[in-house]
Amino acid sequence: MAAPELTKADFQSDQETRWCPGCGDYAVLAAVQAFFPELGIPPERIVFVSGIGCAGRFAYYMDTYGMHGIHGRGPALATGLAAARDDLSIWVVTGDGDALSIGGNHLIHALRRNVPIKILLFNNQIYGLTKGQASPTSELGKVTKSTPFGSIDGPFNPVSLALGAEATFVARTIDTDKQHLPMVLRAAAAHEGAALVEIYQNCPVFNDGAFDALRDKKRGAENRIYLEHGEPIRGVVRDAEGALRIGGEGEPVIHDAHREDPSYAFALSRLSSSPDGPTPIGIFRDVRRPVSGRDLARQLAAARAAADDASLDALMRAGDTWTIS
Amino acid sequence: MAGDSGDGMQLAGSRFTDATAVFGNDLATLPDFPAEIRAPAGTVAGVSAFQIHFASRDILTPGDTPDVLVAMNPAALKANLPLMQRGATILVNEDAFSVRAVQKAGYAENPLEDGTLAGFTVKRVPMSSLTTRAVEGIEGATSRDAQKAKNLFALGVLSWLYDRPVDVTERWIRGKFKGPVCEANLAAFRAGWSFGETSELIDVQVKVDRNVDVAPGTYRNVNGTEATALGLIAASVKSGLPLVFGAYPITPASDLLHALARRHDMGARTIQAEDEIAAASMALGAAFGGALGVTCTSGPGLDLKTETIGLAVALELPMVIIDVQRAGPSTGMPTKTEQSDLLQALYGRHGESPLPVVAAQSPGQCFEAVFEAAQLAIKYRTPVILLSDLFVANSSEPWRIPDAASLPPIDPRLRTTTTGPFLPYSRDDNLARPWAIPGTPGLQHRIGGLEKADRTGAISYDGPNHARMTQLRAEKVDGIPVPDLEIHGEPDADLLVLGWGSSYGTIRAGARRVREGGGRVATAHLRHLRPMPANTGALLRKFERVLVPEMNSGQLAHELRARYLVDVISYSKVQGQPLLPSEMEQQIWRHLS
Ligand code: SF4
Repeated sequence: MAAPELTKADFQSDQETRWCPGCGDYAVLAAVQAFFPELGIPPERIVFVSGIGCAGRFAYYMDTYGMHGIHGRGPALATGLAAARDDLSIWVVTGDGDALSIGGNHLIHALRRNVPIKILLFNNQIYGLTKGQASPTSELGKVTKSTPFGSIDGPFNPVSLALGAEATFVARTIDTDKQHLPMVLRAAAAHEGAALVEIYQNCPVFNDGAFDALRDKKRGAENRIYLEHGEPIRGVVRDAEGALRIGGEGEPVIHDAHREDPSYAFALSRLSSSPDGPTPIGIFRDVRRPVSGRDLARQLAAARAAADDASLDALMRAGDTWTIS
Repeated sequence: MAGDSGDGMQLAGSRFTDATAVFGNDLATLPDFPAEIRAPAGTVAGVSAFQIHFASRDILTPGDTPDVLVAMNPAALKANLPLMQRGATILVNEDAFSVRAVQKAGYAENPLEDGTLAGFTVKRVPMSSLTTRAVEGIEGATSRDAQKAKNLFALGVLSWLYDRPVDVTERWIRGKFKGPVCEANLAAFRAGWSFGETSELIDVQVKVDRNVDVAPGTYRNVNGTEATALGLIAASVKSGLPLVFGAYPITPASDLLHALARRHDMGARTIQAEDEIAAASMALGAAFGGALGVTCTSGPGLDLKTETIGLAVALELPMVIIDVQRAGPSTGMPTKTEQSDLLQALYGRHGESPLPVVAAQSPGQCFEAVFEAAQLAIKYRTPVILLSDLFVANSSEPWRIPDAASLPPIDPRLRTTTTGPFLPYSRDDNLARPWAIPGTPGLQHRIGGLEKADRTGAISYDGPNHARMTQLRAEKVDGIPVPDLEIHGEPDADLLVLGWGSSYGTIRAGARRVREGGGRVATAHLRHLRPMPANTGALLRKFERVLVPEMNSGQLAHELRARYLVDVISYSKVQGQPLLPSEMEQQIWRHLS
């Protein structure tokens, strides 16, 4: 069935975008809207679910179905939606505070269950909407309004966290990278189960320049360690002890995103602890594992379609009954 | 029937209940579980009991003072003796009254010997040894099998004592067990029956005639949880919407999760969520996708769900929240009943956040109550809280099974088309907004927890719009027509007893006793807490006095006073135990004079 060709405009809602000028969210929105036509999925079969925070507004700007939920609960709302409907393409947009702080529990369980949802985690390492407090990805010592003497808590590495939560697809990309971002989205969309995409996103108002080492044209070219399946990872070697390292002596490493053992992807994720130097960008892991409830959904849909007054009567009358006339 | 939690008293009780129901008596039952999963054997904390009240007339409650107690050990005797009145019969498993067991129960002396039971008719039956003897000859049966079968011996004795049909129980045993265990249980049951028949110890057999004053129909015995599960399945079938049920394990609500998890055959999807918040969110996410989204909880679980319920109020999507109330605050007493979440259900969310609240009044009526909750949720696009409680969830009664065809269809009225731009917050005559689900071409829209402009649903921080939306949300809920309160008993009495929820049968039973004693009293029962029936205020004013009994510190009384400016008399009980007919009777007499 030849559907009419979709364009970027088909995914642009009439809501006026309300992020701060220069916010990295604009770049991501533009890239997502430009990418979606290629999926060939009609907008009515796509749902964006979001939580609270600047990123949460994303759902309003896509001309698809959208639900702007509550803080951190996006993956849980989406899990319910996926349980009810296996015919939709479901995307969750979340931020570092939303996904990793208040919603940490929902994130790890959605990944563990391998719910067929795609989670875009906009990581700007700060709370934007609440005007500049330290987030769970803010670096140790970070001075913010809530940490005037510097943050005393170390950050999460979202990729490591997702891998620890049994995620089957984990990737990292950058808001302004017009080639890489759609490539990652494409792979995430093609993945059958849960996909987590960390997007380094600049917040020019409260944490400007956090990702300059990667976003900046010149420095970025030096610091981005692109992960491409089947290709050698530039600048990364396996040393004599078998550990992955950046630079130094050792064997070249050919990237294998499909490796079952997650310790390899985890080792890759540990090559950088913050985005201010050489950092792997790309798909860390993309493996197949049974998707939560997929077979069940079909079985239940068939059962429900067959359920009628007769089967309800039979159910209500199951077991010991007696009749009074 | 009381014993150690490992003695199988719930099983014996439910088998006796089934036989009684099939025989044709009216009945009500109440299990009483120990709080700990594996309390030390032989201690009072580890006692598990099952109470049944049955008769040839209609039964309203599980009863307050049992006529017969079966005590399988000293602890069971100790825990339940305070319920018994002098003259009652106590059947004890004599074998279990060893010196150590007596001490473990906290008795200084053997209560069978020291006069503790003076005034009771005590029947000492060596149940353990008689069961062992009955099972001995069975090939493959171990002494452990014999030990475990003594509940069926006790059941056999009781079944003879009340002349219950044997075939119902034997059929069940055959269906449930296999091999030597099945044979052992059958032997134990028959040995108990024969003991009753032949031993001179049990000298009289009691005949309880069938209840002939029953509406015709097919009946089964259900507890509140089973009826709720059936009601949800029925609502799914009658609406054509898939049931998605999100829950997190919590006592006593988990039983509903267990009941529905088995219903793949009816298309029910249950999800054991990572927490209470997620359980509610999954139900709401499913509702966005066009499902009948339901979540269930107890105690502190409701606190955690309030955030999602607030979102459901804002999104105006159908959702059913079942709260099986238990004693609080905090963890409180998870295995004890209470009605203390009423004000939380009505008001326990931030902001102006109105929603309909329905209460279940008896085990069988849970079916109707949850079906109605689903109807309201779907028709008015709103979350609905159904308040049940541990008492109603665990008690059982005969339930006249409705014909599926007689249940009203629930039309979800999904919006599939639009003329002009789609307005997700436009409203119909009931003030309900259109429900357009993903997959519907041309109706893509975004909804969220931010305040929305009337009609368009666009984000709006406009003051007058917020006032209008606040008013619309409240009017929608308060405009739901609910049936008038009905007066039972003497409409011209001076005293009205007004209850809500699971105290229905108890209040009726108390009032019946008062009437039998020559008193005049009217009763009425609220099943709808928001909105309340239109005639509530008029009724409150019509009676000279209104008594409001509740298993909380007077929450309905508070609400009635605030809403109707009538100074009702509150009778409150917070002991983790249901109200009793005898105390209702006493209270009514007190306020009659
Ligand atoms: S606060 Fe930061 S993240 Fe939020 S919209 Fe403004 S620039 Fe973007």
